[in-house]
Amino acid sequence: MNSTLLHARPDFKVIARWISECSRVLDLGCGDGSLLQYLAETRGVRGCGVEISPENIVACVRNGVNVIQDDLETGLAEIEDGSFDFVILSQTLQAMRHTEDIVDEMLRVGAEAIVTFPNFGYWRNRVAVTLGNMPVSPNLPYEWYDTPNVHLCTIDDFERFCRKRKVRICDRVVLSNGAEVNLAPNLLGQLAVYRVEREA
Amino acid sequence: MKAELPIAPDSVGPVIPKVAHFTTPLKLRSGAVLDDYQLVYETYGELNADRSNAVLICHALNASHHVAGWYAEDPKNVGWWDNMVGPGKPVDTNRFFAVGVNNIGGCHGSTGPASINAATGKPYGASFPVVTVEDWVAAQTRLADLIGIERFCAVMGGSLGAMQALQWTIDQPKRVGHAVVIAGAPKLSTQNIAFNEVARQAIITDPDFHGGDYYAHQTVPRRGLRIARMIGHITYLSDDAMMERFGRVLRTDDFRFHFDVDFEVESYLRYQGEKFAEVFDANTYLRITRALDYFDPAMKHGGNLTHAFKSAEACFLVVSFTSDWRFSPARSREIVKALLDNRRDVTYAEIEAPHGHDAFLLDDAHYHELIGAYFLRLATEIESRRAG
Repeated sequence: MNSTLLHARPDFKVIARWISECSRVLDLGCGDGSLLQYLAETRGVRGCGVEISPENIVACVRNGVNVIQDDLETGLAEIEDGSFDFVILSQTLQAMRHTEDIVDEMLRVGAEAIVTFPNFGYWRNRVAVTLGNMPVSPNLPYEWYDTPNVHLCTIDDFERFCRKRKVRICDRVVLSNGAEVNLAPNLLGQLAVYRVEREA
Repeated sequence: MKAELPIAPDSVGPVIPKVAHFTTPLKLRSGAVLDDYQLVYETYGELNADRSNAVLICHALNASHHVAGWYAEDPKNVGWWDNMVGPGKPVDTNRFFAVGVNNIGGCHGSTGPASINAATGKPYGASFPVVTVEDWVAAQTRLADLIGIERFCAVMGGSLGAMQALQWTIDQPKRVGHAVVIAGAPKLSTQNIAFNEVARQAIITDPDFHGGDYYAHQTVPRRGLRIARMIGHITYLSDDAMMERFGRVLRTDDFRFHFDVDFEVESYLRYQGEKFAEVFDANTYLRITRALDYFDPAMKHGGNLTHAFKSAEACFLVVSFTSDWRFSPARSREIVKALLDNRRDVTYAEIEAPHGHDAFLLDDAHYHELIGAYFLRLATEIESRRAG
């Protein structure tokens, strides 16, 4: 795993910290499989990705990562309840149309879920909107007209969502430029990383 | 005859089939026994020192052991999966030792209905038993023993070949590293069995069939075979692919108000039927379609496919094609689900392709890239195991 990638995806290190050794991990919207490859190398996990893009399927195979070609929007019908220890949705939640369904599906097929998303409440985003424009930044690199992000939210929004959907937050790390933010995370954090489970 | 084809650098080149004789009786699923039999096979590439790079390629309905390369005496007879297997091709014969074998009951050299039954001195004909995918795997296993392959690093096939790859993982879990299951299904649908029945009826009701003993009558049930092939061919193509290729194009300017060929598609089907009837054995066609019908690994497990794969230890690559309505992506997903339930390592790809079931034989850049990437991963595995 190269350091450039870890620099580009600071959430990977946080996720690796939470994942127990040799656990079974499902990565939804796994892209080229970098995260699963990283987790296999660092934590010895047995993983599987779900990805829709044909190019990424080939990239996963090249990276030695098992992957199922599927559309997350239609659910995870092939996967039985509780098949995985962890289900990861890394920087994909904001691009999902059926946000509520995917979180339910994650907690159906996995014991715990890990969700990461760009925090729309980050001060630079707020400034951009205040000045009259949708923010464009390394974390939100799209223009309003070409963005796949249809459900952007803030840290407060997500936590409200969890309370409403009976999802318990086990852990949270908020990052800014790769460093953890403890003070005013909804204002100063760029990227939120959550570990959640179904409320008992 | 002089070779007319240039030796393409990515072809395995001229190949020579080999014959393996077996004298240990093979008990078939039906209860029938083949006392002795032969399998004709071809190999491509070199078996490495620790015999860890062997890939078994299983054929579908109308193919054979001739997977790649061509024959010196018949250079136009190119292997049926030559675009897949060869130097630098997805199954790279610079790295892998590939084996193609004609299944028993076949008509390309392995013991089948047209072979002479040593007990009678006459062709088996109707007396040749019904064979199943399990029987084929059992026979292939004996071939593996004979050529000294304890474990295939991969067993691979499309369509009915995919079924054999699946059966290998169930019957010989220790002897297969990866199963590459392309355009497969865990069992035939009712509609599929229905198509096979129409094909068989076409053959059986041909007056030249003589109850299967047409060799003695020196006839060939060509009409039946032609129709069987025509029906089969329709199901291998997608509606769109047929429309695209033939449309409603007429052979002449206008309708001719007769029942001979008017439309291009009729001409094409007749040509395919003719060609097939010249080279294929009707009794083999009956048996292979039956093997397709009977394949159902879940049957022994009360219909539970997950239980059927309980013994499997292989890793799997499952591939389907979007326009394949004969063995649709949904059928591949059933396989994927059963494998995931058993916590097998599985990769599943659904290739966007317009050609229908036939797509597994065709040259599609993305499809071949995927298979190539998977086999490269296997090669790396083999290397690291040898180094370690």
